[in-house]
Amino acid sequence: MSAATTPLREIAKVIRSKNAGPFEITLDIVFKTKEDFEAVRQSGVITKELVSQLYNVPTQNIITFGFFDLINAVKITLPRARAQGGVGETDMHAAQQHVPLQEIRVPWPVVS
Amino acid sequence: MAACGQVNMATASNDEIRILTPSGMLGYGFPVDHFRRGLALKPHAITIDSGSTDSGPQKLGKGEMTCSREAYVKDIEVLLQAQHETRIPVLISSAGGDGTNLHVDVFRDIIAEIAKRRGWQFKLASIYANIDKAHIARELRAGRVEPLGPVPPLDPREIDAATVVVAQMGAEPFLKALDESEGVDVIVSGRAYDPSPTAAMAIRAGFDPALAWHMGKIMECGALCAEPVGRNVMGYLRQDHFEIEPLNPEERCTTASVAAHTLYEKTHPFLLPGPGGTLDLSQCKYEQVTDRRVRVSGSRFIPSNPYTVKLEGAKTSGYRSIFIAGARDPIFIAQIDGLLEKVFAATRAYFSDVPPETYRIIPHLYGKNGVMGDLEPVTTPAHELCIIVEVAAATQSLATAICGKARTTLMHAPYPGRIATAGNLASPFTPLEIPLGEACEFNVYHLMKVDSPTALFPIRYEEIRA
Repeated sequence: MSAATTPLREIAKVIRSKNAGPFEITLDIVFKTKEDFEAVRQSGVITKELVSQLYNVPTQNIITFGFFDLINAVKITLPRARAQGGVGETDMHAAQQHVPLQEIRVPWPVVS
Repeated sequence: MAACGQVNMATASNDEIRILTPSGMLGYGFPVDHFRRGLALKPHAITIDSGSTDSGPQKLGKGEMTCSREAYVKDIEVLLQAQHETRIPVLISSAGGDGTNLHVDVFRDIIAEIAKRRGWQFKLASIYANIDKAHIARELRAGRVEPLGPVPPLDPREIDAATVVVAQMGAEPFLKALDESEGVDVIVSGRAYDPSPTAAMAIRAGFDPALAWHMGKIMECGALCAEPVGRNVMGYLRQDHFEIEPLNPEERCTTASVAAHTLYEKTHPFLLPGPGGTLDLSQCKYEQVTDRRVRVSGSRFIPSNPYTVKLEGAKTSGYRSIFIAGARDPIFIAQIDGLLEKVFAATRAYFSDVPPETYRIIPHLYGKNGVMGDLEPVTTPAHELCIIVEVAAATQSLATAICGKARTTLMHAPYPGRIATAGNLASPFTPLEIPLGEACEFNVYHLMKVDSPTALFPIRYEEIRA
């Protein structure tokens, strides 16, 4: 395996965040190909522990975390820091909370 | 004529039901030429949702609608014109965005006005979704109300505090409305699970509920499942599969775009809980039929026992005012956090007669961490900041007064190394303090067990005449 790494934003087709109802935020990483999806999965970089660290949420509070073969996607759902749209809201639609995922670096290109 | 809905369903083929959905959100507008292209394909019904919690709690909390009345009139007139020409039923769900009784009646009035102006007549069913608070309190005491996801258990005081509480109806109230009278041409409903109108039409025609729910789940977003995303979409439901195709010839559905659609705004990509059960898409098969059309099979529906509905409610929580100001001085920007702490402490000291727990002062620092707050990984601020200070208090005038005190204190606050002694802030707007009106927050988001999927959702029938 090469020592070089690349941020996910240069590999994935979609990296986004959005409300899933007023009390949850959901994050999607969709890959262009099955090969890219598998390579990132195999790298072992994307874990519950990493999500816990990036989003300051205990691993046991992560609602959904998974690699989904059928759609070549990683899906992560977390409790919202506060109920959507109340006092102190910074992102009504939670549409701009994805950036820490963009910056995750994975070993790339994959050298077999 | 009153029986038109039924006549259409009776003449629908046993092999296929076609549903046309012009948009994922009534009131956002949709290309009418593509909609009419869809009508030429002889759909058996038109369904469209107007519901969402996504733009915030102020709809439920203050009775606001997602779109303007004018926008709803525009879209609804296109739908009623289609109904008048084709006599197929039109089903509109979650009136106004929150689906309260108030907004069902607004939609009902819009529909009656258009019919009067255009000289149309038809049979209308209005289905209501406000839930009696005393009923919820009783069910809560009986242990039949539970949190939905990461939500605290329901406190009976929150039921009282909510402006209104609605429940998301399933397909059953629509089925009841379609069956109960001599045939209904137009249905406008209060809060509904978004796929319910489409699922109801397909279930009523005898098709597999799992496929009906899955097709409804995709179509409730219009052509969001296409590439590029669009508005008008047509669904073809058959015995063991359904097909989906956008009506804009520039758009295409692909196996990837349709399969990935259920990621969007959902907790889980394959398990979609709704009224009466959970849709399981983990075993689905997606096939490319043409370069623009996808066939879906293998959807499963797991009924829940007992039947549950989702309750939604919001309350008002005081008033807010903000100020907006720029900062460009690097000496000031480097000390912003400590300075704000001092300014807010001074502001609180000045308002020592106001109980401190009754108001909040919250900074939003764009250029530093305004979007992500504590989660922001970048620690170096930008060369200029947009500072927004949000104050929430019991009355509008108090919120504005606290906000004003915080602004003037920050404007003139001394700090180490200060050489710009005339003022710390660049203010773009007047009023310098901006009143935002009442704040709202979601306070009911719970599942309630019900004995009957229809009993909580009363239906009113009427003949609309010119």
